[in-house]
Amino acid sequence: MKTESLSELWRFRELLYFLAWRDVKVRYKQAVLGIAWAIIQPLFTMLIFTLFFGRLAGVPSDGIPYPLFSLCALVPWTYFSVTLSQAGNSLISNSNLITKVYFPRALLPAASALGGMPDFLVGSGLLVVMMFYYRVKPGWSLLLAPLFVLGLMVLVFGVSMLLAAMNVRYRDVKYAIPFLIQIWLFVTPIIYPATFLPKRFQQILALNPLAGLIEGFRACLFPNRQMDLMLVGTSAAVTLLVLVVGALYFRKTERTFADII
Amino acid sequence: MPISSDEESCTAGAARKSPMKDAIIVEDLSKKYELGALSHETMLRERLVNFFLGSFRKRAAKNEIIWALKNVSFRIGEREVVGIIGRNGAGKSTLLKVLSKITYPTSGHVHVRGRVASLLEVGTGFHEELTGRENIYLNGSILGMKRKEVEAKLDAILNFAGLERFVDTPIKRYSSGMRLRLGFAVAAHLDPDILIIDEILAVGDAGFQKKCLNAMEDLRSGGRTVLFVSHNMAAVENLCTRAIWIDDGQIRQDGPAHEVIEAYMSTFASSQQATMDLTQVESRRGSGEIRYTGFEILDKNGQPQPVVRSGDSVMFRFHFRAKESVRFPCFGLRLFTELGTLITETGTWHHGIGIPEVFAGDGYIDLEINSLNLLPARYLLTLNISGEKAGIEGPHMYDGLDHCAKIEMEGANIYMSGKTLDSHYGIVFFPQRWRLPVVRTKQSALLTNDSHVFDSASSETELAK
Repeated sequence: MKTESLSELWRFRELLYFLAWRDVKVRYKQAVLGIAWAIIQPLFTMLIFTLFFGRLAGVPSDGIPYPLFSLCALVPWTYFSVTLSQAGNSLISNSNLITKVYFPRALLPAASALGGMPDFLVGSGLLVVMMFYYRVKPGWSLLLAPLFVLGLMVLVFGVSMLLAAMNVRYRDVKYAIPFLIQIWLFVTPIIYPATFLPKRFQQILALNPLAGLIEGFRACLFPNRQMDLMLVGTSAAVTLLVLVVGALYFRKTERTFADII
Repeated sequence: MPISSDEESCTAGAARKSPMKDAIIVEDLSKKYELGALSHETMLRERLVNFFLGSFRKRAAKNEIIWALKNVSFRIGEREVVGIIGRNGAGKSTLLKVLSKITYPTSGHVHVRGRVASLLEVGTGFHEELTGRENIYLNGSILGMKRKEVEAKLDAILNFAGLERFVDTPIKRYSSGMRLRLGFAVAAHLDPDILIIDEILAVGDAGFQKKCLNAMEDLRSGGRTVLFVSHNMAAVENLCTRAIWIDDGQIRQDGPAHEVIEAYMSTFASSQQATMDLTQVESRRGSGEIRYTGFEILDKNGQPQPVVRSGDSVMFRFHFRAKESVRFPCFGLRLFTELGTLITETGTWHHGIGIPEVFAGDGYIDLEINSLNLLPARYLLTLNISGEKAGIEGPHMYDGLDHCAKIEMEGANIYMSGKTLDSHYGIVFFPQRWRLPVVRTKQSALLTNDSHVFDSASSETELAK
């Protein structure tokens, strides 16, 4: 059953590409600043965070300059939050497709997860510039970064399958998503390092899959930063669990989408 | 979009024995919709409230259940072209959606063999902001084309749509007609084994409809299995060998297209009877020595014909009863539109027929019409019997019935073009043919209706430069 749907996804890979391509194209077609938004968003958030949390509140950043410290979490976070809000609505915003054409419905949240990547790459460009500015030389651990990016995509896909499918039946989900994202920002070590929390809270934090992914991504960029394997391992496991739960719920409800959307 | 070539699992043995393979097998298919399900619990809040209060109060109302399809079974052979007809809401579209895997049956099975493309809409997934070219890629891909396929056919698609000049214009600047052309052009270049089409010929201007029908003809000759839902009976009759009539979620009739269409059309005519009793008409004029008693519409074989379609050969039979013998009566009729415009008047007098005497008793007189050239609408008949009566100067009225009978004309494929002309095109039509001697046709290959009685050529022509 499972392999069958996976092979079907593979057969529809071109459509996945075209749906992602459409999302990207449409996003920038009428935006005056175009792709610059992918830089503006993390850049300005970084400035605000640096001012309020880094300077005024004095949040520690483990010896890394605070702007860089927050930016290297903000780039993946921006990808995650923007994509999640899109992917969570991807089914209801494509209801015209769902009621008229057959294709594996999971392509829609998957296309959103994929379609967020160009923005992520542009944001990463900003990150590279900042690292040059602060003269941070990454080590071999940088090669692990794509793994965390992949984890991020898997997590977005898993969560958005769950949310998008629920969204078809319960339109409240649409309003819940921005709220969820807002909460998620604060329970993830973006503004603060994971070590900022007392030890026992760190274990609870690890249950937030995004915590390990973002701390892991951050650790890849700075050679001297210790990778918290416990945190990363727990998050990876939770990410997979979310993927499986999301996929199961999606499969279970998928058949009724066209009837109730 | 392609659906996995579903090799029949359990029925494979039986199928192999039959000479013609089935492309589609539908077994005992039912689809239930719960109308209430939509309004109930659409908000998570209500779900939660219901969850907590569940033990205190029962669910407010039972959901209303509608069976959009009930126990539908049929097989469609490879390369068969089948029309699906029926009233709105009869379940046709649901059937197509189930066959296209868009929605799932409540019970029953569907086996589909081969690559399926379903066109339930023209231009599915078009995006306003994207250009014509981009939308061709997107739409093609949504309909199951490979990227390379689209690339190879891009020029042909643009040419078919006649939109080469606008290829890089966002389609939000397109007119609705241009969008439609683009959408159909992509659809016409699909290359599936099985094509499922829902009522897309009902839109677009006449010239483009013609193009679409020709494209459909090509599809048929290309050896594809086609399933085609339409309200355009002429198109169904033209394109399909077989028709399935769905009524109230069930198959009412399945057989040769023209038989099924005839049966289907006859249900519309319940307001019009082939036989009309005229004895009870109250407001009638005339002295009454001889009166009409009935009016029948018969086909050329003398059988009652409840449905009259444009161009049909019919016979009007007028029954009368004479109380006494009447000398030189003239039977006449006038045909009006429903708005009261006189279309034509005719009668035995106009034909110079003198009827010396009608004896007391019952009788009838027939009017044969080779081709009733009325376009679809409701028409009214006024009947009269007049004559010269001894001792009275001028014509004498024996019987006069104003608008006593109505004739409902149904549309037909009168020009053999696949188009049903309706009342928008006027009241009457004439036997005719178009000739275009100095005109070079743009796509001469598409203009292929030669052997018909009423020739018509497409309007898609260009003057030679």
